[in-house]
Formats: sequence, C-alpha cells, structure tokens
Amino acid sequence: MTLRIRFCKYGILKFIGHLDVMRYFQKAVRRAGLDVAYSRGYSPHQLMSFASPLGVGLTSDAEYLDVELHSCDSPEIMTERLNAVMAEGIRVSACRILPETPPNTRRENAMSAVAAADYLVSLKDGYQTGLENQEWKDKFRDFMAAKTISVLKKSKSGDKETDIRPMIYEYAFPGSDAYPDSCMERYQNGLTVFLRTAAGSTQNLKPELVIEAFSESAELSFDRFAWQIHRLQIYRRSALTQRFEALIP
Amino acid sequence: MKKLALSDEILLKVDKPARYIGGEVNAVMKDPKEVEIRFAMCFPDVYEVGMSHLGIQILYDMFNQREDTYCERVYSPWVDLDAILREKKIPLFALESQDPVKEFDFLGITLQYEMCYTNVLQILDLSGIPLFSKDRTENDPIVIGGGPCAYNPEPIADFFDCFYIGEGETVYDRVLDEYKENKRAGGSRRDYLERIARIEGIYVPSFYDVEYNPDHTIRSFVPNNPNAQEVIRKQAEMNLSDTYYPEKPLVPYIKPVQDRVVLEIQRGCIRGCRFCQAGMIYRPIRERDVNYLKRMAAAMLRATGQEEISLSSLSSSDYSGLAELVYYLIEEFGSRGVNISLPSLRIDAFALDVMSKVQDIRKSSLTFAPEAGSQRLRDVINKGLDEESILKGAAEAFRGGWNKVKLYFMLGLPTENAEDIEGIAVLADKIAREYYAIPKDRRNGRVSITASTSFFVPKPFTPFQWARMDTAEEYLEKKDLLRQKLKEQLNYKSIRYNWHDANLSVLEGVFARGDRRLSQVICSAYRKGCLYDSWSEYFRFDLWMEAFEENDAEIGFYIHRERDLGERLPWDFIDAGVTKEFFIREYNRAKEEKVTPNCRRACSGCGARVYGGGVCFEERKGDEGYDA
Repeated sequence: MTLRIRFCKYGILKFIGHLDVMRYFQKAVRRAGLDVAYSRGYSPHQLMSFASPLGVGLTSDAEYLDVELHSCDSPEIMTERLNAVMAEGIRVSACRILPETPPNTRRENAMSAVAAADYLVSLKDGYQTGLENQEWKDKFRDFMAAKTISVLKKSKSGDKETDIRPMIYEYAFPGSDAYPDSCMERYQNGLTVFLRTAAGSTQNLKPELVIEAFSESAELSFDRFAWQIHRLQIYRRSALTQRFEALIP
Repeated sequence: MKKLALSDEILLKVDKPARYIGGEVNAVMKDPKEVEIRFAMCFPDVYEVGMSHLGIQILYDMFNQREDTYCERVYSPWVDLDAILREKKIPLFALESQDPVKEFDFLGITLQYEMCYTNVLQILDLSGIPLFSKDRTENDPIVIGGGPCAYNPEPIADFFDCFYIGEGETVYDRVLDEYKENKRAGGSRRDYLERIARIEGIYVPSFYDVEYNPDHTIRSFVPNNPNAQEVIRKQAEMNLSDTYYPEKPLVPYIKPVQDRVVLEIQRGCIRGCRFCQAGMIYRPIRERDVNYLKRMAAAMLRATGQEEISLSSLSSSDYSGLAELVYYLIEEFGSRGVNISLPSLRIDAFALDVMSKVQDIRKSSLTFAPEAGSQRLRDVINKGLDEESILKGAAEAFRGGWNKVKLYFMLGLPTENAEDIEGIAVLADKIAREYYAIPKDRRNGRVSITASTSFFVPKPFTPFQWARMDTAEEYLEKKDLLRQKLKEQLNYKSIRYNWHDANLSVLEGVFARGDRRLSQVICSAYRKGCLYDSWSEYFRFDLWMEAFEENDAEIGFYIHRERDLGERLPWDFIDAGVTKEFFIREYNRAKEEKVTPNCRRACSGCGARVYGGGVCFEERKGDEGYDA
C-alpha cells in the first residue's frame, strides 16, 4: 500500500536541500518504525517518491512524498508516529492511504501527478524594492496584464526564449492576516505576492523567475536574497474535472 | 523558532549551509541561562569530518547528562565562510545556541591529527580568543585540548590553557566540578588552573619551564608551580561496559564522512605493532561486554534511523565476542535493510562468511595491511601478518567471488632496504597469481590490486620514537624504485599503485615529535595563510618552509636524526601507561628482527598492567613466554 505524507518545511530546515531531505525521511521512517517496503538486491532502498523538489532557501506548507508500506495504521496515527521523530523544521500535517490501483493500470505517483503549485513571495525585512509597496503592486498588475512575458529560461540545452505568462495561472496580493495557519516567516515590509504557477515535469515555472522578469521590465534591481519564497500547496489536475486538486485535499 | 548567527544571505551564499545551523536530530537543546557551565566542544576540521568522530559524541552526551552543563559543538568554518566571518567581523559561534564561542566557559578542542594545528588557531582567532594562552584574560574561555595528539602537546602547548591526557570518561566530571567551585570561591583563571593541575591526567603547560642545551635538545623540564605534577598520568576508563556511550547519536542533515552508527566494541589493541601509536597509548586492551553492545546497537539504530552500523576498534578480529555480535546484528537488523561494516577485520573464513552476508561481493574489496613488503621487515615492525595467511586469505576470497584487493604499506620504515621494497611488488604479484590460479570459467573477470604506500612517521610513545625519519627525497626515491619493481612483475597490469604526499608527512613528523619552540612556527604559518593543511588543495608547503626559516627552526633537527636513548624527549613528562624501558627493549628487538608475542599469547611487561584491568588480567590459555 502507498502512504502519501504531507509535511511543512520551515525555520532552519529551509537551508537543507532536496537530496538531504530525502535522506532525512529515509532515516525518519526507520525511527518511526514504519513497515517500509524495500527494493530487492544487494543494496536495498526504500520505495519512496517525492512530489516536487523544493529549492534551498524556500519554505513550504505542503510538501509531499509517497512511501510504499507492507502495513500501516490509520492516517491520524501515522501522522502522530512520524511527528514523534521529526526535527524542528519539518512537521507532518497529514497522511493519506492512497486507493489501490486497479490491476494493469499504471499508478500515478506523487511526482508524476504534479501540475501546479501556489506560492507566496515576500520581501524580507532589511531589503527594499526601490518603490512604495502600492506602486510596486500597480506596476506588477500592469506587468501581468500583458499577453506574453518573454524571458530567457535557463535549461540544460542552453538558454531559451520562453513565454512564461501562460504558466502563471493566478496572482493576488493577500493581506497580512491571510494564511494564519501557515508556517511561513512573517515580515514587517508588508509586500507579499501570491502566485499559482505551472509545476511538474512537463512545465515548471519558478516564482523567482516571475519576480526577476518583473523587476527587469520595471527597471528595478533584482536581488535574489531579498525575497522569501514559500510554497503553499501542490496540485494535480483531476482527469475527470480538469480542475486543480491538492495532492492531499 | 531557532535563531541563527548568520543571515539568510550568508547562508545561501556559502557551500553547504547545513554545516552552520545545528538543529540536527538528537542535538541537545538547553536554555543556556539554566546552566552553570557552557562548554564548546570543537573538532578543528570541516563539519562533515568532525561529525564523524565518535569521541566528541561520547563527550557531548556525557557532558549534557549533567544538568549544570550545556555542551555545544563547533567545527572549522570552511574557507568560504572563513572569509565572510573575517570581512564582516562575525564571531565564531557554537551550533546549538548559535552564541559566540567567546561567551563560553570552556573551549575543548580534540586533536586527532597533527595537521589540524592551523585550524586550531583559526578557531581561536575567529572566536576572538587570543592565540597564546598567556594573553588571555578572565573574559576568555578555558581552552582545553585532548585526543591522541595531546600525548605530545608541546608544539601547541602555548596555545592551550590545559590538556587532558587520555580517555575523557574518567576525570572530566572533576574538571567541571572544580570550575563551579572556583567560581563560587571567586577564584581567578589562574586559581582554576592551579586547582585542576592537581587532577591526575591534567597538564597545564604554563606551569612548567623548559630549558634547552646548546644543541637544541631539552636540558630540563620542571614545574614552576607547586600544584603542577611532575608526571602526568594517562587516563583510561577501565569499565567500558558500564560507562558513557551515546545511545542517541546526532544525525546530520548533510552526509558526513561516516554516515553510520559507530559501535566501539573495544579499546586498545593486543598486537603491539612497533610503529603504531594507538596500539601503545590505548593499552591495555579492554573489551565491551557483548550483551551491552547488542543493547547499544539496537538503541542507536532506533534513535537514529541509520542504515548502517560500523563496528569500531583497532583490530576487530581480536574481539572475543565478534562472531556472536555480528551474527546477532545480521539476524536482527539485516532484514530491515541495515548494512554492517567491519573495518580492520583479518581476512579468514569467518570474515569471508560475514562479508558475503553483508556486502555485495562484486563491489566490495578485500583489505590487507601488511605494512611492509618482506617478512624480515614485518618482523622488525612486529606486524604479525605473514605472507602465507595473506595468500591463503586472498585465495579463499577469490574462490568466493571477490576480485578486488587493497594493500597498505609504509615506505621508510627503520632498517628498510631495497629488497624489502621490492617485496611489496612481489607480494602484490603473488596475490594476482593466486587469482589466476583459479580456472578461468570460475573467475569473475580480472583481478584488481591496489597497493598504497604512506610515508612512515615515527610517533611518540612507540618503540620507534627515537628513529630517524627519511627525507622527502629519500622517500620519493623509494617510491620510484617500487614503481619500477612493480612494472617488472608478471601481473603489473592488474596492480595499481598510489602514494602519499611526502611533504605533508614531513610536517606531520615534525609536529608529532616537536617541542615547545614550534608554536611560533605554527603561528607564523597560520598568519601567512596556512589552513586546512590536511586538505591537499589547501596545503601550502612553501609557506610552511618560510615559517620555519623565519623562526630559525630546522626540520632536520626534529625528524632526520636518530635520537639518543638518553635524550630527554619533549613528551617524557607524560606517563602513557607503557614504560620507556619497554619501548627501549622493543626498539632493540626490532633491530634484532625479533618478534614480540601479542598480549593474549604472552605478557611482555609493557607496564599497562598497573591500570588493573583488561587483557592483563585475562586468563591465558598457555603462555608462550617472552624473553625480555
């Protein structure tokens, strides 16, 4: 059976990269005594799959991984067992046992399912954009009103001119009291942008690139250390309704 | 949420920020305001190296069991952060609280290898603590050193307030208790050092005066303070089955050098190899009870979630409960994907059985450490490994499917001649011949043999402590001779040869047997930019040579001369448990090519029996006798 785990990553853990988070969970499921399934062979590894790597420096309310288990308690108890062995900076917020896939059908894993993600991009304290917040927001709205936003996207096969506008599904300026349950860091600056962008293996847009492209178009200097990016949710696209659904709703 | 000493921006700019944030699984969090003693425990190398060290984990656990003490960790900042700390004047901090090291009561530094000495100065410097102990004030932490290099602390004596000689489990509690009492009594830094100078095993360098002869050898070494002991006696924990051991070791986020649970099965070694300092200073050998080890293994695996457990000791095959322990671990944890690693295992039928159960034969290699190429020279160094058992072990392994062999040797051993060196090549070739003696259809491809040589470095508290060390040129000549001899072998295409840096070994040799005058050299080298000397990419031999020259220190004096048996050696004030008479006897036997039986076969009267335990009090099956 497959257990899908949702966790928050915050505080000092934002400095731990994806590969190390994978190593962390391999050890954590052993500490929690989970009945994990191993691959065969001389160097067996746990059958585990992560939805979407989170870059170093980012925080998140909803990261996902799937673990293959031989047996399992209720999702609530699994959440408790895992949280009993977590370090400060990672907390499991939900578990879900995935329904068995019918025979001869390919099971969708956490990674292949990803279609979109929500982010909050906040200006950290101690940094300035060069504009008043309201002016910045107005200019950002103008920027988003364009039909196309052409940027140079770096890829393995070289830099490529790409239109990122279709990959930005939504944007907003949430108030300071929004997302009260989030583990994100809060800043006095009061400049936060909500973005829903394409994510996953077919199309992926990093929110940082949006801010960079905007800064360039607005002739503002862009400092990558000035912005804290926080992931709020990861979505799959429902085959039935074509709507975005959170990996664990 | 945990506060950090470094800004997001700095942490995102440097390589591997996880080195500096702490907060690992099983890290101890206390409120610094609730304790009386704050202890910063430092391994002066990069985090991934330091986190792999068992000794620190033992002391970290032991100190933190005290309610009045908070022990935190400090490692050397990597060169990228080093530059930032200097530029922005950010003081070095401990990982747990992220508070500056300078605010601590103690800075403990473990000295595991000589080439970390410039890193020790980096730690002091970045912490804002004066490099020389004489310049420190009441506001500075007490800087205490320990570990194997503390057995000759003289080259770094001026940088430390005190040294702890031997194993930490015995008198550290008293060292900390005295600190509290001194504080209560309103005592000064000097008062405190006087208090602990009376504790067995504690050496306060500033309480001793050294005078030199015109030829630079030591004329006298005498206490200048009534509290200082004439002789500092090594500390040894005699009950290793009822003492501190970290049941919940730290689990780093980034991959450390040793990414596994380490189970120390015994301390010490019965073998008595004459070049080996560890085999002498950790005498007598003391085993941990097998049931204690089973319990600890289970607890540590549960608390860490590690996928691998390594049995640590100087010679695992000599542990009496090895088979019981290993088969228990395989049975209990093997099915849960736990790998078992057994370094320092003698290759025999048992070892091959265990290895075939826990490793992928196609990937793993056999390791032999004959150390010398001929039986004659192996007798000189008392390495009880003969050609027959190497060839037999290799042949058995080859039939079991192995085809990779690693061989470790030293060049520059006392009395070494060209034949001994050629013997390395011949032995490597003989091993390859064993492989090709197996019918072709039962072989597993080609055999791969890797021979490595290191440069022999004479160490204090070994029978070779008086020996002359080769110059770098002599060593390189020997290396060239060996390369040539390897090329003459039938199976030379199956043999790879690696050798160590000669210059690094030269410096290691100087500091291993150096005296107090070297602290000026180390300080100059550090000021010139030497740091991370054990990392070849940062080793600057040219700067070191400048430092020696500027301070009128001569390398040849320290290593390229045979010392007189009557010479006062810089480390003579330490009683390491093994007597000088024994070392002299062993040095003479080495020259006579006479083997000394191991501790389980016969007692050679080294002196360690006074510790009242371990192998010295085991019953021997039949004493072979030792003709002293």
